Amino acid sequence: MSHLRLFISLKMGTSPFLLPFAALEVGQHLYWQFGKLRIHGQVFMTSWILIGALLTLVVVGTKKMERDPKGVQNLLEFLWDYIRDLARTQIGEKVYRDWMPFIGTLFLFIFVSNWGGALIPWKLIELPSGELGAPTADINTTVALALLVSLSYFYAGLSNKGLRYFEYYVHPTPIMLPFKIVEDFTKPLSLSFRLFGNILADELVVAVLVFLVPLVLPVPVMFLGLFTSAIQALIFATLAAYYIGEAVEEHH
Amino acid sequence: MTSLLLFGASEGGLFDFDATLPLMAAQVVLLTYILNALFFKPVGKVVEDREDYVLTSRTEAKKKLAEVEKLESDLKNQLKGARQAAQKVITEAEDDSDKLYKEALALANSEANASREKVRREIDSQRESALNQLKLDAEKLGDLIVQRLLAAK
Repeated sequence: MSHLRLFISLKMGTSPFLLPFAALEVGQHLYWQFGKLRIHGQVFMTSWILIGALLTLVVVGTKKMERDPKGVQNLLEFLWDYIRDLARTQIGEKVYRDWMPFIGTLFLFIFVSNWGGALIPWKLIELPSGELGAPTADINTTVALALLVSLSYFYAGLSNKGLRYFEYYVHPTPIMLPFKIVEDFTKPLSLSFRLFGNILADELVVAVLVFLVPLVLPVPVMFLGLFTSAIQALIFATLAAYYIGEAVEEHH
Repeated sequence: MTSLLLFGASEGGLFDFDATLPLMAAQVVLLTYILNALFFKPVGKVVEDREDYVLTSRTEAKKKLAEVEKLESDLKNQLKGARQAAQKVITEAEDDSDKLYKEALALANSEANASREKVRREIDSQRESALNQLKLDAEKLGDLIVQRLLAAK
């Protein structure tokens, strides 16, 4: 294990003088500079491609919709139904409609990001710095998503219950107040790091295994990675919906 | 740029926060609106329309089924009534014809009896008149014989 870590850490950051054959580039980014702002180009490139694919699927599937669904419409309706069930069970019958697009977008975006990162051979495209991969393997993406979830559940709580939302912090007893406040910080932290850690770890494990044993052995790990990717998308969306549901829930 | 520099890197690293974060957030919000317009609304409309359609068709079918059952039982009742009425008509007709037959028979019998009686009376009267005639003839003959005998003497 320490052997593996050595390989990875050698290429993390900038240590170009060691092991030129190491295939892993962790923590290196393709920077795009806009004035004083810097962004990670590789994250946006992959996310645009994947969002483009997602939107293409959606546009193709909704072009000619019928009461008797055919082809892609079936898939889209299955996804819609799946997302509705998720939102309805977590958020509740009353307001789930308002939040379904957000929850669904989180799920679909994370899902295509994770699977796109795992299934498309990005590594064939050479970048001057960094490498293409799942957008969700970048901490910026996952923190952005997690902060959106935080804003959403605050907004959901305040817009539904007004200032009574803050009753939630002293429910069922005021002793809960510090824990509930800490929760507001741990929720985005755990959301973002769970997703980031899982996807990055999956990419690393596959990359290290491919690097060490290029044949056969990485395949089951790749399947495991696909499984993890799907599960992580579901977990993120479910937790986001649960937090929103918790915020709009009426206490009695 | 707030970069949490881990793993000893002077630039970049795993926890390199920069403008990617707000831009990605904006992108996801934008994607939410786009997907809402392109995916969630239209597909939701189709699915919910179908659910409504199935629901209404089902209630309509149930209503129609109930109607059909009601009609069936009504018709059965009507049929039963009609059958009973027909049975009654048949029995009445049978009774009527029976009565008519009996009446006709009785009439014919009595007529036959009457005509027989009449004929017999006629026969009787004729026989009586014939007998009387015979008696008269016999008396006449007897007188004639007596006269002849007396004349011959």
